[in-house]
Amino acid sequence: MGAIRFIVKRLILMLPILLGITILTFFISNTIPGDPARLILGPKATPEGIERLREEMGLNDPIYVQYGKYMYGLVQGDFGKSTYSQQAVSEDLKRYFPATFELTLFSMFLTVLIGIPFGIISANKKDKIPDQITRFMALTGVAMPAFWLGIILLLFFYLKIGILPGGGRIDSWVSPPEAITGMYTIDSLLTGNWEALKSSLIHLILPGFTQAAVTIGMITRMTRSSMLEVLRSDYIRTAYAKGGSENRVLYGHALQNGMMPILTLMGMTFGHALGGSVLVESVFSWPGLGRYAVNAINYLDFPAVMGVTILIAVLFITVNLIIDILYHVIDPRLKYE
Amino acid sequence: MFRRLVSSPLTVFGFLVVFILVITALFAPLIATHSPTEVNIVNKLQPPSQEHIFGTDEVGRDIFSRIVHGTRISLKIGFLVVILSFPVGTILGAIAGYFGGIVDQFIMRTTDIFLSFPGIILAMSIAAALGPSIENVLLALVIVWWPWYTRIVRSSVLAIKNAEFIESARALGANPFRILFKEILPNSIAPASIQASLDFGFVILAAAGLSFIGLGAQPPSPEWGAMLSSSREILREAWWAATFPGLAILFTVLGFNLLGDGLRDILDPKQR
Repeated sequence: MGAIRFIVKRLILMLPILLGITILTFFISNTIPGDPARLILGPKATPEGIERLREEMGLNDPIYVQYGKYMYGLVQGDFGKSTYSQQAVSEDLKRYFPATFELTLFSMFLTVLIGIPFGIISANKKDKIPDQITRFMALTGVAMPAFWLGIILLLFFYLKIGILPGGGRIDSWVSPPEAITGMYTIDSLLTGNWEALKSSLIHLILPGFTQAAVTIGMITRMTRSSMLEVLRSDYIRTAYAKGGSENRVLYGHALQNGMMPILTLMGMTFGHALGGSVLVESVFSWPGLGRYAVNAINYLDFPAVMGVTILIAVLFITVNLIIDILYHVIDPRLKYE
Repeated sequence: MFRRLVSSPLTVFGFLVVFILVITALFAPLIATHSPTEVNIVNKLQPPSQEHIFGTDEVGRDIFSRIVHGTRISLKIGFLVVILSFPVGTILGAIAGYFGGIVDQFIMRTTDIFLSFPGIILAMSIAAALGPSIENVLLALVIVWWPWYTRIVRSSVLAIKNAEFIESARALGANPFRILFKEILPNSIAPASIQASLDFGFVILAAAGLSFIGLGAQPPSPEWGAMLSSSREILREAWWAATFPGLAILFTVLGFNLLGDGLRDILDPKQR
């Protein structure tokens, strides 16, 4: 089967999952105890006022009609209206999403840059000192409460020695770059705005590392076990016997074959990073989806919470689909099926 | 088995941490040096000293005593979430694997949906819908956790369902549910139980995270995540208020992970 047909088939298989996601989120949003109309109007509302709003919000319709309306809105990108910001949730999502995406991409970049080499070194020096150190660090990383690590890093790098900013995406005296993607680093690169690039990169360091600490641990562990398996195989011995240098054998031969399980885990790791953003963003006042969701929770702004949930779930399965496709690119032996 | 357990220093470390945690939770009132909730404004923001080994918080509560009492909350959540989601996930996984067909499809597609959310996000929206409280966080985590066990158990059931001893039970005319629960389940539950032992730590971590964003335990509860959350306002004056509750979470999760890893190596040497 051709690559295009494979991709189309996977996209079609995604539909029932998407439908399931909406059913689940609709179900959750209908379990809110109490009356949303009463919640919106506050304690001074009259029974008539509540009844009118209930009618207006469609709360008196049968449940399948409500779901139908909910879906009708969703497919048009209508996530309802935020009860706190009084704006369409879709507008809010559009505004906050690039910040989260930028932070997640940056932390994934750090994860790959640090986690994979550490895993390789660990596997290559199995049971020796470097392996012991790396394994211990990876274990600690996986067990690390990222929101705490963030606070401690702030305490040290911002409050004690003051070399890094305490939060936000860019210094208040630097104007953000012209919006193209909404990601400050990319936009300032595209527009050649070096001052904004420097400022936004500096602001990414602490939240990026905080978010990456956990995923680096995950990827290191996976790379190690995957590489251990590969390094035992005959062709690696052959490669060494033919006089291949250690680096060439490790990164040229072994990594390519050890990459598959690592890639699978990357999808999960990405989901983990997205989920973790809820906590990390609220530590670093990072104006993204996570912080938006946490604010929404505190103001009982339910449409906003659901909007974030759905968006992140859709993003998560999309990334996993892309990884699935990459899988076939990396390993041509796999048939498209 | 015991010899293999003690042969790995990290597993021993994990075991010790968990042992200390359980003792601390059981005897919290005896171990705590002060009341976990008693406000004493005169004593506020005291750095660690002999009297208050982890210092005091913004209203003068003893942080060490709060952490000690918080152990009870965290261990209870970890235990209850695993103990409640494990049977649900296991039974559904066994049914899916054994009966196959449309039952299998229905159960497995349901787990797909649950697993298409990053766990903490789904738990967050469920807990937010139910309203902030520690019980709702517990419920939310159970709802998020069971599909993992379903997947693991299903694949182990598939691996043994056509084994000879199952065939012979079937030939003897045992009813399907008897075969499933008496023959198959006991022989296919090991991988899921290993996962469950690893999950204690992650459940505790997730619960602390949800409390940190205001969904779980509410102040003045000495829950670790909630303590961390309120420590942010006094970060400049009191590093200790943020440091120790976080270390408690880190050591707890690490301890359970190391112990779980060790158990896996012993029970399932293939996975090493």
